[in-house]
Amino acid sequence: MLGYILKRLLYAVPVTLAVSIICFSLVQLAPGDPLTVVLPADASQEIVDQTRARYGLDKPLPTQYLLWLGNVLQGDLGTSIASGRSVASEIGHAIGYTLSVAVLACLLALVVGLALGLVAGYAMGSPVDKLASATAISGVSVPHYWLGIVLVVFFSVKLGWFPAMGAGRSGQSLGDALSFMILPVLTMAAMPAGIITRSVRALVAEKLGQEFVTALRAKGMTSPQIFAHVVKNAAPTALAVIGVQMGYLMAGSILVETVFAWPGTGLLLNNAILTRDIPLLQGTILVLALIFVALNLIVDILQPLFDPRIQRA
Amino acid sequence: MKTPIPRASGPLPSLKSMLRLSLAAAALSIGLSGASLAEGSLRIAMTSSDVPLPNGQTDQGAEGMRFMGYQVFEALVAYDLSSADKPVTLIPGLASEWSVDPEDQTKWTFKLREGVTFHDGSAFDANAVVWNFDKILNPDAAQYDEKQSAQGRGRIPTVASYRAVDDMTVEITTSAPDALIPYQIAWIVMSSPAAYEAAGNWDAFLQSPSGTGPFTVSEYVPRERAVLVPFDGYWNEDRKSDLDEVVLMPVPDPSARVAALRSGQVDWIEAPPPDALDSLKAAGFTISSNVYPHVWPWHFSMLDGSPWTDERIRKAANLAIDREGMKVLLGGMMVPAKGMVPETSDWFGNPEFEVTYDPEAAIALMQEAGYGPDNRLKVKAIISPAGSGQMQPMLMNELIQQNLAAIGIDVEFDVRDWNALLANWRAGAKDASTDGAQSTNSSYFSQDPFTSLMRHIDSRLVAPKGTNWGYYSNPEADALIDQIRTTFDTAEQLKAIQALHELYVNDALFLFVAHDVAPRAMAPEVQGFVQAQNWFQDLTPVTIEE
Repeated sequence: MLGYILKRLLYAVPVTLAVSIICFSLVQLAPGDPLTVVLPADASQEIVDQTRARYGLDKPLPTQYLLWLGNVLQGDLGTSIASGRSVASEIGHAIGYTLSVAVLACLLALVVGLALGLVAGYAMGSPVDKLASATAISGVSVPHYWLGIVLVVFFSVKLGWFPAMGAGRSGQSLGDALSFMILPVLTMAAMPAGIITRSVRALVAEKLGQEFVTALRAKGMTSPQIFAHVVKNAAPTALAVIGVQMGYLMAGSILVETVFAWPGTGLLLNNAILTRDIPLLQGTILVLALIFVALNLIVDILQPLFDPRIQRA
Repeated sequence: MKTPIPRASGPLPSLKSMLRLSLAAAALSIGLSGASLAEGSLRIAMTSSDVPLPNGQTDQGAEGMRFMGYQVFEALVAYDLSSADKPVTLIPGLASEWSVDPEDQTKWTFKLREGVTFHDGSAFDANAVVWNFDKILNPDAAQYDEKQSAQGRGRIPTVASYRAVDDMTVEITTSAPDALIPYQIAWIVMSSPAAYEAAGNWDAFLQSPSGTGPFTVSEYVPRERAVLVPFDGYWNEDRKSDLDEVVLMPVPDPSARVAALRSGQVDWIEAPPPDALDSLKAAGFTISSNVYPHVWPWHFSMLDGSPWTDERIRKAANLAIDREGMKVLLGGMMVPAKGMVPETSDWFGNPEFEVTYDPEAAIALMQEAGYGPDNRLKVKAIISPAGSGQMQPMLMNELIQQNLAAIGIDVEFDVRDWNALLANWRAGAKDASTDGAQSTNSSYFSQDPFTSLMRHIDSRLVAPKGTNWGYYSNPEADALIDQIRTTFDTAEQLKAIQALHELYVNDALFLFVAHDVAPRAMAPEVQGFVQAQNWFQDLTPVTIEE
């Protein structure tokens, strides 16, 4: 097992390296100049050139990349061009916000997805199944930034129940903090809830048709007991799906965080893209890629605990 | 959830309890969400993506200076922002008076205002002024700050040296006679040397900022908010704020700003999108707007081969644009441009050529220049899909494209990201990145005669050295520019400024399209705001009526 974990950790190295190279190249391909946000629009070329040199942006691209990589290997993610703050502190500040909504959204998606999926899978073809499946397909198909805007219009503007944007102020109560999270969490949970529902539904339906269920019934087991067996059998696959979705929630919330002005890594990334803040962009993507790799690893480690047939060696 | 479930009933109980739990959680948070709204405070959603730094010479462009730079800090020379009806003029700020030495016009004397203290209680004096100039101009000074230098240095290009003559007098020497020094000095705001010494460095200063302005910073959270509270010890009794606090929040997404206003989460939003104005008005929100020194032009290339070198074609284009139609398109949120500055500006002068909508005259001019239905002119124009101060560039440019097509000019757009457009604007029309285009479409800030008129056409400031993107060169213009710079009598100087603006209009040097009116939307509780004809605004008269 330890060997397996080590091997997987080693795999993460080329993955993150490739991610960082692709990201760096994409930023360079996009037109524009990170210095436009640091300097007044009418700054003279002389001041622009001096500032460019100060940020090392006058060096050849491969040199810039290698310098960045060298610093990263020493644990230094560099300094944001736009804000002048360290990239590590920017990410450190934002990631807590993203984690909090991502974890809540994931839990919500898990609960809703499992519930709907189990019911639908158990009652395949029934009206309940159709309703659950329709809900799931809507969750998967509706663009989440659109859903976010609709939720804001309804719950913030019309009803005034929840704040429309931001994360509130420091020192607020837990209830206040939660009120800011509800709409982003609902928005972010819609898609993974749909995906989990569909996966679980298919899994349950498949397991129910298998011989062991017939054997269990023949043994005279009650429905809840059979259900427990089915769940146990379906869990490893569901877990894998959930792990991937959690990764997407951590990394793929750019649009949702922008719609809600939620100060997490998605908004940070969006701002970094708009301002061509290369160090911030590189650092954030690197960290998010590492989280993605780590989540997959955790899922892979957890799976054998649920299903001893899966051997990780 | 009572629907009968065939085959199995196992999961139902847990589903029910889950539902109950989540409903309970939702109810809990609904009950508590009301408590998050503070009272007696003015909460502003800005368009920037970050909170402007509370260091002094702040970042985030004009918006940063508007909400942080000039609220918390002050310059020796200030803007009179008290009226919505007249163009903004310079008034004494932290200096009570200033003068230039008639014998040596490179020497300026600034008498400082008595009885001014920084928010930390330390006194404002000549040493503090010298210390602040060192902060941005002297790399050897301990307090030299690259960030503030990058923002401020370019604003005072002719300041060569400075010294404290006595406790309350500062002398500034320029590299050449420069009558525009007061405009330049109005940019440079004063941070507290004592607060910096106590903090030890500029990063720490951000957590305990100190200026002399009407507001102090009580909380600063990067990327989230800054909370400003009125400064009890402010020197100007007339500009003491009655607000409890001002909360500044960066909300770059326009629809998020509108939602925040409509849900009561903020009281004031910058730049509501034009399509939201009607519904905001209908819902009882106030839309404030006013003309200000901003122009949205096409900046022509005057290089060989550019059709815009022909004055007849430039005039024809200017007569082809239906600016009133464009105003309707923008929900009324623009002033048709008749020159580089609004007609209400003192600098407008009396140009002979009237920029108006006259397609027939435009077609006649095109014919004179050798173009007609069988010989249409093709031009390529750099534009951006969005950007700071760019208003609604796609919409506006599409109308221009139609208008120009009607007089025989076919426009091909080269649409570039705002950032990329600016990079080319700095590099100039000769740069390879121009890629055959003959105009660019950057809106211009025109706070003073230099940024407004001089820099775009001074032949000694062609790109990349300066920002004369189109390589316009005219000895007459250069002579007027020199005259503005060296005329210290303000009435005489005004005549030269007007003459330069008349030259702009008479020669139709740009395609003059629109002046923005800086729309902002406010909750009805926000009272007392006077939107000055300026980029900067005074928050001190604002109150919140409960």
